[in-house]
Order: sequence, then structure tokens, then C-alpha cells
Amino acid sequence: MKLSGKVHKFGADIDTDAIIPARYLNTFDPEELARHCMEDADPLFPSKVKAGDIIVADKNFGCGSSREHAPIAIKGAGVSCVIARSFARIFYRNSINIGLPILECDEAVDAVLEGDELEVELETGLITNKRNGEQFQAVPFPEFMQGIITQGGLINYVKAKKTND
Amino acid sequence: MGMTISQKILAVHAGREHVEAGELINCRLDVILGNDVTAPVAIAEFDRLGYPEVKDRDKIVLVPDHFIPNKDIKSAEQAKIVRDFAKKQGITNYFEVGKMGIEHCLLPEQGLVAPGDLIIGADSHTCTYGALGAFATGVGSTDMAAAMATGEAWFKVPEAIKFVYYGKLPEYVGGKDLILHTIGDIGVDGARYMSMEFTGEAIDSLSIDSRFTMANMAIEAGGKNGIIAPDDITLSYVKDRVKRPYNLYKSDDDARYYEVREYDVSKLEPVVAFPHLPENTRFVSEAADVSIDQVVIGSCTNGRIEDLKIAASILKGKKVHPELRVIIFPGTQQIYLEALRLGYIEAFVEAGAIVSTPTCGPCLGGHMGILARGEKALATTNRNFVGRMGHPESEVYLSSPAVAAASAIKGRITPPWEV
Repeated sequence: MKLSGKVHKFGADIDTDAIIPARYLNTFDPEELARHCMEDADPLFPSKVKAGDIIVADKNFGCGSSREHAPIAIKGAGVSCVIARSFARIFYRNSINIGLPILECDEAVDAVLEGDELEVELETGLITNKRNGEQFQAVPFPEFMQGIITQGGLINYVKAKKTND
Repeated sequence: MGMTISQKILAVHAGREHVEAGELINCRLDVILGNDVTAPVAIAEFDRLGYPEVKDRDKIVLVPDHFIPNKDIKSAEQAKIVRDFAKKQGITNYFEVGKMGIEHCLLPEQGLVAPGDLIIGADSHTCTYGALGAFATGVGSTDMAAAMATGEAWFKVPEAIKFVYYGKLPEYVGGKDLILHTIGDIGVDGARYMSMEFTGEAIDSLSIDSRFTMANMAIEAGGKNGIIAPDDITLSYVKDRVKRPYNLYKSDDDARYYEVREYDVSKLEPVVAFPHLPENTRFVSEAADVSIDQVVIGSCTNGRIEDLKIAASILKGKKVHPELRVIIFPGTQQIYLEALRLGYIEAFVEAGAIVSTPTCGPCLGGHMGILARGEKALATTNRNFVGRMGHPESEVYLSSPAVAAASAIKGRITPPWEV
């Protein structure tokens, strides 16, 4: 699975209240949530983001609440991938479960700049910065987790397995 | 090699004699929890899975508490999704308005969580039940859906950090201060993916309510779970509440820990977390003169009877600052009634505070006390990220009930010994 898009860079400890404030949790519709994605971290994000764009963030991305609405909002906004130095555990699990690609890579986080164009190969974990050709290696997921992501999440994956068994 | 208490509970539920940190295992669950915000997503996913029935209608607990009583039309519709599902599936433990409470205050009170249990909840503060010596952890709605269908969940066996609290607690220092101090020490990702084991003489003598407070905030350090080995205090609490058999575990002497951190509690003061991270802590004497607009006492962190007792003992016979809004949230109907009978509610209202029905309310910026731009709240809640309680340009400070009550009187952050 090849993903590509423009980088939106964020700092450390971006929490789930910043990703999707609780005042919007009276819905779980991805389109509605997407309209408020990252709003309390960057109020302009929902209007700036384009389909395929990539969020690059420092440590502990997604800390705080277990709300699955957080990765849902990010995926709904068209973000193709989140690359961070590290992820909070519930957010990490939720992202895989809903089929939002995520990767951990210190070097990429250190080197890429806001607005860079990145290309990401999910199977290998290879990240390429099209601005200067620099490449970074994230640890790719084991096959079954890649399967979950490419099927669009855990429920789809389990359903597909049910049909094929 | 020995196992930690958390690893033992996981091993038993995976049908294994032994597990090691890092292993991926599949476990049967004792309790699966959801609320009015997270359960609707789980129910939609469950329906997509195509199972006609939940695996075990006795093990699922549904507690509407976040935007309850229904905050607006959309919230009412989310609550209805949960209600209808509970009825259709015959969920034994669905708590309607009138019986519901803040979920993490409610479940222990109702005897639904027990020592040795493996519990997942679609709410990050599910880790609260670790106070009873259970393995309890927060998950998302999809995990909850899969668990409702199968009764199982997969886990990566965590490493553990052992926290040892030596000494005798000074006056006015309690569970909230211990956990805030700890988070201030290790940071909001200091225990990422790990079990946090709370041990030591100060823990041994800590009340059950204060233990719930500590385990509740394990997530704020990134912890997978927080846990206190069961003892007489635990047993005395569960004795008349839990109606099913349970198991007591403790860590082996040769269990391996990633790290051991030690604290001398006799050197502590009440702790305040400043905006905008729970790790941004200071002692209360260094927080003087921060003026505030609102005080919130309650939540799954500090909404229990001991918390209300402390607040009432400080507020009784006094008045809250005239320019302050002071909002108090007993955690459950039972706690509310007990507070009523003990005169706490009267003390609060006479002091000029208001008392709400149990709800998560303003803790997550839901309803019942939201902040405007530029406003500051001091709350006994668990998070103070940007926009947590309202406008992104408002501020939230976190503290114990004692500091919150004292500050309610003065209108600024105040050490309890000053009132």
C-alpha cells in the first residue's frame, strides 16, 4: 500500500482532546468529526488538510482518552497516515482497529518539515521525502496487522475471514 | 522467572501457567464496559460484525454517564442507541438514569468488579478497578464490539514499574496527591504501555477511595493499568458487594520490573497540576495566588464519599468566594444519599456551592459547568489538556478535594491549612 501527501507537523503529547474535543462527541459520524479534526491544536487544520496528507508528530501522539473518535476524525479528514516518534497505547490500538495507517520513526520526525511531500510504503515501512530524496525506515507491522489496516479495520478483517473460512 | 500480579491475571485468563512481557496472548474477559459516548460506536461495529447475540449478557456493563441526563438531541439519540441495544440483548447490567452513576464510581459499588478480574472498558479510566487487585484497562469501541461478540480480547503482556511509597502521609495529603506527584515525576508517558504497581507502607494504609483515585490516573502517565495488590482493606470493601467468587493475586518475589521508583511521602505537600498537562505539578504552597473562576469537586477520580467528607469538613459553616462557581458531583446515587444523610449536601449548599446529579459533566467539557475564554477552573478531575473543560483558551488546574474546597473559600488556589 503506497501512501503520499503533504506533511502537517505537530509537537509532543498531542492529546485526544486536541484531536477531537469532547464538545463534538455527541456524534460518531466520520464526516462530522472530520470538520473538527485537530481543532484545538490548530483551528485551521480542517480547512487546510487535503486527502492523502500525512500528520507527523513528536512523542506520545494520541494520549489521553480512549475515544475512537480521535482516529476516526483523522481518517475522516482524509489523512492517509500518521508518523510519530511514539504513540499512546489506546490510540495506537484504535488506529489499527479502524484501519488508519500509523508508523513510528524517530528519524523521519526529526528531519521532515511542514509542507514536505512524503511517500510511504506501508508493507516495508519505507518513508521517502520527495523534497530532497531522503529516506527513513520505520518498523513495518506484522502481516496480519497490515491485513487489518488494508481491509479498513478489525471488523472488516474479521468479517472477511469469516467468509473465507 | 516470577510474574507480576498483572502478568498473573493475564496468564490465568489466557489459560496459561506463565506469560512473559512482550508476548501477545488472547484472553477471556470478566467484564466489558461502555458508556453513552463509546457504546454507540461499539454497537454499530457489533452490528456490522453480524453476530445476532452478544456472547454473555451478564458480562457487559453499559453505563450512560458522559452527556447524561441527555445534554442535547444528539446526545439523547446516542443514549437511546445504548438503551435500545441493552433491551434487545437483555443486558443484565444496564444502568438507566436514576440508577446510573459515574461508571468508575458505580461498578465497584455495585460489586461488578472483583479482585483478580480481567476487565476492559471503552473508557480510558477503566484502570480505576486496579485498586481492587484486578487487571483493568481502557480500550476503544471496536475492541469493545469484538469483545461483546466473542467475550475475548488480545493483549500484549506489559512490563511493570514498581512504585514504593514509604513513610506516613502528612495531614491533607492523600491518594490524589500521591498520583499527581508520581505523574509529575515520570511524565505523561513515563509509564507508557506498562503496569503501574503501587506498593509500600503508605499504600498499605490508604483507604479504598484513595486507592481508586490513584489507579484511576494510571492512564495519565500512559500506563496500561494501575494496580494495588488486594489486602484486608480490599476484602473489607468487596465482602458485602461482590456476589461471585474471586481470586487474590500478588507479584512473585522474583518478578522482574522495568524500574522501581521510591518516594518518601512524609516529605510531600498537597500537589496541584498546572495547565496544560497532568505532569505539570507543583506543591500547593508554590501555587498560591492563582485566582480561579470555578471549582469542580467530583468525577471518577474524586467523587466518592471520602472525597465529599473532606470537602464538607472544610466548607461546613463557611461560604465560598462570592465570585466563584463551585460545582460538586457525587459519583453515584448511593454516594449522593449517604452525603445527604451525613449533612454534606446541606453544608455544600449553605456554603454557596451547587450539587449536581452524578454525571461526568464538565470533566471532559461536556456540560454542567463549561469554561469561557480566559476562565480558570480548579478541579478534582484527571486531565487538564487544552480545551478540556471548555474554551481552548481556558485553563484547568488539578488537585485533591481538600485543596479544591479550601480554594473555593478563598477564590484562589489555597493550601487547606490556610482556611
